[in-house]
Amino acid sequence: MNMIKLEINNIPVEVETGTTILNAAKKVQVKIPTLCYHPDLVAWAACGICVVKIEGSPKMVRACATPVEEGMKVITHDPEIIEVRKTVLELILSTHPNDCLQCPRNGNCELQNLAAEFGIREIHLEKRLRNLPIDDSTTSLILNPEKCILCGRCAHVCQDMQNVWALEFVGRGDDTRIAPAADAKLSESPCIKCGQCAAHCPVGAIYEKDESNKVWDALEDPELHTVVQIAPAVRVAIGEAFGYAPGTLLTGKTYAALRRIGFNAIFDTNFGADLTIIEEGSEFVQRFVHGKGEIPLITSCCPSWVDYMEKYAPDFIPNFSTAKSPHEMVGAMSKTYYAQKAGIDPSKIFMVSIMPCTAKKYEITRSEEMFSSGYQDIDVSLTTRELTRMIKAAGIDFNNLPEEDADPILGTYTGAGTIFGATGGVMEAALRTAYFLVTGKELENVAFTAVRGLEGIKEASIDINGKEIKIAVAHWMSNIETVLNRIRESRKKGEEPPYHFIEVMACRGGCISGGGQPYGTTDEIREQRIKGLYLDDEKSTYRCSHQNPDIIKLYKDFLGEPLGENAHKYLHTTYRQRPIYKI
Amino acid sequence: MTYKNFILVYIGLGENKKRDKKIHDDFIKKLIEHNIDDETQVIKAGAHKLCDTGTIVKVFPSNTLYKCSSREDISNIIEKHIIGGNTVSDLLYADHYREQIRVVMRNCGIIDPEAIGEYIARDGYAALEKVIFEMTADDVIEELKKSGIRGRGGAGFPTWKKWTFTKNVDSDMKYIICNADEGDPGAYMDRSTLEGDPHSILEAMTIAGHTTGASNGIIYIRAEYPLAIERLEIAIRQAKELGLLGDNILGSKFNFDIELRYGAGAFVCGEETALIASVEGKRGMPSPRPPFPAVKGLWGKPTIINNVETNANIPMIILKGGEWLASIGTEGSKGTKVFALTGKIRNTGLAEVPMGTTLREMIYDIGGGINNDKAFKAIQTGGPSGGLIPEEFMDTPIDYENLQNLGSIMGSGGMIVMDSDDCIVDIAKFYLKFSVDESCGKCAPCRIGGRTLLNMLTKISEGKGELSDIPQIKRVCKAMQKASLCGLGQAAPNPVLSALRHFEKEFKMHIEEKKCPAKKCIDLITYNILPDKCIGCTMCARACPVNAISGERQKIHVIDQNLCIKCGACLKACKFGAVSCQ
Repeated sequence: MNMIKLEINNIPVEVETGTTILNAAKKVQVKIPTLCYHPDLVAWAACGICVVKIEGSPKMVRACATPVEEGMKVITHDPEIIEVRKTVLELILSTHPNDCLQCPRNGNCELQNLAAEFGIREIHLEKRLRNLPIDDSTTSLILNPEKCILCGRCAHVCQDMQNVWALEFVGRGDDTRIAPAADAKLSESPCIKCGQCAAHCPVGAIYEKDESNKVWDALEDPELHTVVQIAPAVRVAIGEAFGYAPGTLLTGKTYAALRRIGFNAIFDTNFGADLTIIEEGSEFVQRFVHGKGEIPLITSCCPSWVDYMEKYAPDFIPNFSTAKSPHEMVGAMSKTYYAQKAGIDPSKIFMVSIMPCTAKKYEITRSEEMFSSGYQDIDVSLTTRELTRMIKAAGIDFNNLPEEDADPILGTYTGAGTIFGATGGVMEAALRTAYFLVTGKELENVAFTAVRGLEGIKEASIDINGKEIKIAVAHWMSNIETVLNRIRESRKKGEEPPYHFIEVMACRGGCISGGGQPYGTTDEIREQRIKGLYLDDEKSTYRCSHQNPDIIKLYKDFLGEPLGENAHKYLHTTYRQRPIYKI
Repeated sequence: MTYKNFILVYIGLGENKKRDKKIHDDFIKKLIEHNIDDETQVIKAGAHKLCDTGTIVKVFPSNTLYKCSSREDISNIIEKHIIGGNTVSDLLYADHYREQIRVVMRNCGIIDPEAIGEYIARDGYAALEKVIFEMTADDVIEELKKSGIRGRGGAGFPTWKKWTFTKNVDSDMKYIICNADEGDPGAYMDRSTLEGDPHSILEAMTIAGHTTGASNGIIYIRAEYPLAIERLEIAIRQAKELGLLGDNILGSKFNFDIELRYGAGAFVCGEETALIASVEGKRGMPSPRPPFPAVKGLWGKPTIINNVETNANIPMIILKGGEWLASIGTEGSKGTKVFALTGKIRNTGLAEVPMGTTLREMIYDIGGGINNDKAFKAIQTGGPSGGLIPEEFMDTPIDYENLQNLGSIMGSGGMIVMDSDDCIVDIAKFYLKFSVDESCGKCAPCRIGGRTLLNMLTKISEGKGELSDIPQIKRVCKAMQKASLCGLGQAAPNPVLSALRHFEKEFKMHIEEKKCPAKKCIDLITYNILPDKCIGCTMCARACPVNAISGERQKIHVIDQNLCIKCGACLKACKFGAVSCQ
């Protein structure tokens, strides 16, 4: 790689060709303020906060988008630059509501932070609010265009990272706003509810629909038996809200916090993940070994991916695993198996999921199979962010909590269950069990490292009993099209499919960077969270789902055979084509 | 058949189109009546000047320009000039275009733009032939460099540099785009060139393609230019038929094709990165540069974007040599520039003059001075992105640097002249509003700053301004100039800043004295009837559209200030000078 030498505020620095001024400055401890910039995205260069001077040019350029040049002399801070930045910030603030106290991003807002850093005490310019209506048409996300500063992150995440194209710039000039094309409602748009828009929004313009009040009400209701479960990805991210380093594994403290909040039973979605693997693994064996059903088998535990497929790729419906997602399985088992065992009226069970995900809020009512217990299997799905707010509101000193255990009989999990939260994790967990199901033998080395990591599409092949299984793992939605097209191509030519088993997760890195996770996710943080999950896996007593003693017991006592009648009734779902626009 | 005479009838647009076509047809009828239609040919030509009072016709070979409004005029021209050989002095159209050097518009109004043969007869496509068979790419770029030509679309970037960037990038695909998204209010030189000489643009683009290794050309043209589109389509078809466009051009191995893409009229799409986005089917919003389109443009491939006027120069530079063009103009600005003169001036229209012509020459020699001999106040160059220039700088030779130093720009060559009836605050507001309306909304400084600025100016024009607004206006202007992403936002404050720079006094009058000396800002003026002059004729009361004037016949009339909308109808109606406006 060619290196470029330049000076930033007279400090010499050497960086690779193509590095931006912003990143070069970071190398020499110079912090250039930014607002619209996000490391996940190509610099859109909209806000104008990061302007700097280059010696010899009368213009100011955007540090986020300008690549360095040999011999460049950059000035990042002088009174003129600061004045220009401050004026731009004042302009942005002049069109932004000042209701920080009621804002979902209060205390965690990039605009608020910037205003504090710049020492804004007064806006000298005319205040001009736009009075645009809120879009709360989906059960997952709320779009408040009045708060929007038009940084464009959400639209670019939606279009470039996710290839969904639900959000777009609408209108021109001062009337520009973010909305689905033609001002459709989000619920009528192609939106897959992944919430990456919300995760990337610097302000409170698009955010998860907060349903913690429903949960508080249930907790207060003496008639109800409140049950909660936490998703794999929650345990390695929740600590960020309490000052822990990203990736710190906090399963025990989270259980303790939930118990103190007042839940009657604490379960774990990881148990559900193990259950999913038994069903999905059996499904794979049935299709691959016994030739019953379409190959490749495609994972279906990500509700955004399911929504995407139903809208954009319905030709793959027969390829989808019919196994429900892990938390739905836990929900169904709570209101049947657990209710039976504990002698609780299932109508009195209030089931809450704590998820890294905004789409799970949509999933809990997406089809009639989500009511398999005779009741809505999951009553409320909260995001990690909502839970952290509940913990804080409950006055729980999270950091000093003791480590506690989950409750029987839906709380035990294996290492295979916990890695569900990372890209490649479902595939890895499934292969561990598929190997056993096909060969009857346990794997010696359970780690399939080829499917780990942040690369968008990962391919590998595994030999099971002399048969080569070709697999692909795709994450962050825009990568999936490539994989699907390869299959479509082979279908057209009447060839063998290029893959036998495919895992898809809508968010970059998997659920660990889901739309409901703590703000500020970057690749560095993704890697830390993934590391935390694999650490959990490594130190687990059982590394494969079929080894989970409570799973074995569940089949023995209640479900019968995998893919059997009961399993189908409670643990499987169906798919149908849905219109991209509902207008 | 050999014709002795030619009559060019300039066909205008809109309302004038019908009128001009009728004159064209009547000329033919009249010639048939006189039985001389076999020796005189009537030709339709693209309008290159505006005239609302009659159709402009030009008679060759004498090169006489007439204004023709009736059948009588037609008879006169045919009988006296064509048959009699005498000039019809009554119908002569004041030819204020005499002092011009025509490079860009060399063929406009002379050839039939729908006949490729006429273009070829005037050395058309000879430059392309020379480029393909006699010159290397470096030779072509060297000539461009020698010519000193800079982009005519606004910023004045040296054309040879652009071409060199693209030429030097190794790429499987390169594009040549002609920017025909002319959007400055009052500017229509590109439309006239496309309508009057479409082949010159095709030839220039093909030369650019051959020089830089591109095989695809795109003309991004406003959909509001139907005649230009029609003529370009005809020209493309004809060029293909003759092997001047398409595969194996002129029998060589060079392939080049040109297609049209229509712009929907967004001003910002004239900015090259926004233009590219628009061609790609995306929302027309600019992107940061670098990378420059010449290196990474349309579909991520090297792309040259030159505007129409720049292109029109290219064949001439190739044929006559770069030094020839460099002999015209000033030190830093070579060649000619087409200006669209309009506003409070006697002769409005397009004028192609050498760079370095002074503003005074433009206004008084070519423009014929201010209408009704009123006092000159300022000239706005460069459209809404330019600035206002007052009387004291009238002797400045026009070139890129001089205009920039005066707080304005060359832009695409719009020139709007203002007189003492124009209010400086109002003008600044007018131009700023254009930019605010055309802002794409992407970057915060332009999107929010523009509107904030406009509201502050409105406040001043309503008499609600405070002196403390001026430093705030300057602060917002500066943030827009420095932090806007593209030229639209960076240049949008120019009219405001230049107005403040040259006419601060007038701003202060609006703020401190709540007075508008030009009597344009209606919130700052009142109409009154002077009792000593009013004879009670009731004319004013009858003219008033809102019945704000009361008074009986032969009694003094009074304006009810609460009802008055300050339209000025009473002032115009009064024959006795009894209505005052203060």
